[in-house]
Amino acid sequence: MNYLFYLTAAIAVLSTTMVIFHRNAVHALLYLVTSLLAVAVIFYQYGAPLAAALEVIIYAGAIMVLIIFVIMMLNQGDSTVVQERAWLQPSTWVGPALLSALLLIQLILLVSSAPFSAVRAFHYIGPKQVGIALFSHYVLAVELASMLLLAGLVGAFHLARHRKPETGRSGNAN
Amino acid sequence: MSTPLWITLLNIFGVLIATVLLAAVLTWGERRLLGFWQDRPGPNRVGPFGTLQVVADMIKLFFKEDFIPRFADIPVFVLAPTVVMATMLIAFAVVPMSPSIGVADLNIGLLFVLAMSSIAVYSIILGGYASNNKYALLGSLRAAAQTVSYEVFMGLSLMGVVMLSGSFNLRDIVDAQAGYWFILPQFLGFIVFFIAGIAESRRTPFDLPEAEHELTAGFHTEYSGMKFGMFFVGEYLAVILISALITTLFLGGWHGPWLPPIVWFCLKTAFLVALFILLRASLPRPRYDQLMKFGWKVMLPLSLVNLLATAGILLWIA
Repeated sequence: MNYLFYLTAAIAVLSTTMVIFHRNAVHALLYLVTSLLAVAVIFYQYGAPLAAALEVIIYAGAIMVLIIFVIMMLNQGDSTVVQERAWLQPSTWVGPALLSALLLIQLILLVSSAPFSAVRAFHYIGPKQVGIALFSHYVLAVELASMLLLAGLVGAFHLARHRKPETGRSGNAN
Repeated sequence: MSTPLWITLLNIFGVLIATVLLAAVLTWGERRLLGFWQDRPGPNRVGPFGTLQVVADMIKLFFKEDFIPRFADIPVFVLAPTVVMATMLIAFAVVPMSPSIGVADLNIGLLFVLAMSSIAVYSIILGGYASNNKYALLGSLRAAAQTVSYEVFMGLSLMGVVMLSGSFNLRDIVDAQAGYWFILPQFLGFIVFFIAGIAESRRTPFDLPEAEHELTAGFHTEYSGMKFGMFFVGEYLAVILISALITTLFLGGWHGPWLPPIVWFCLKTAFLVALFILLRASLPRPRYDQLMKFGWKVMLPLSLVNLLATAGILLWIA
């Protein structure tokens, strides 16, 4: 179990690093999909099958598809790779990398000083428990999130609305 | 696990080999059935009734030059056809074929199948992108929009079944249908899922992504040899998978009188596959905007109504 976890975690970390450093947008997105799949496997290993399935269906299967869809439509080709290479000079990323390395060291120190037995605790959370928790304890958050999504949907609908010519239909209240 | 290792291995390889072989045989079976329904012979030259046509096609595909266009994005171009075949084969792992046959008994089996079918979209998108060809790009744009929209109510239409059986496990769902099949209380869900399944496997009348009269061959225009073969086999695997799923979810799985369970499962699945082919033989293709409009304005509300009504009735009874 533990070896499997470390293997999956290594895949997730490696592929996420590749997302950052890859110069071709579509290849980077493919690594991001791999990373999401690895995270889903970790969820499954630690007893959250519903979260794992939703990670794959929603993030890897729908959101990433739409992002790749947009990048494909832009179809920028090899010129973006050159541009990306120009942007990723060492002078640009050395400063942020050093600062993040400091944060990483802090994180490792914090995690290693935490009591280890609590981390190992294994709970199986089935779909039913997730549903009960969502619609009892977190019902306010669910409602807020749905309102936010609805607002986004209305906004997108407004932007993409089919504009009819004003003449001939003015005065038609409905 | 109490079952011995060799039975598990037999299960795994049996299901794997059977599904791949069935998908290959279906390339011949479909053309014969199409011929029968359209009043023409179909492939009948190679072997008795043309049954060796599959072998002839395989030899041709394997020995064809495997051409990769110079302008293609090569790693993605090679990756794309493997995705659809791999995901479809993995999805078969959770489909229970009889009380003893079936690879994995996963407690989120239904979600697993949906996840695999949503990953399979990458095959078409990446194939279209990597080919760097306008027809392929247009085909894969259509495919992406179509699959993402039809996936929404494909999942929603199944939730009625989940509510009736109280489980995402496909084995539990089959067991819950021992008395009556879920097609009776969930007829609306069955219709919605069947239509979404056709769209998901991109069969006529929903094969706009590869409409040959306007897009040459859509997303696999640039593919040849066995890479094309994998797209092709992936499509047939999707047809068999959707049929097997409908059997499991709505037609009572392996339940049936007199015959052994696996025979019932195969008969029901074969009937649904034939229905897929009959639809292809008889229906014309709609226009693309009609397809999208139909999805969002008819199928989505229908599946929501079905969900609401099922939940309401179940609460009323309980």
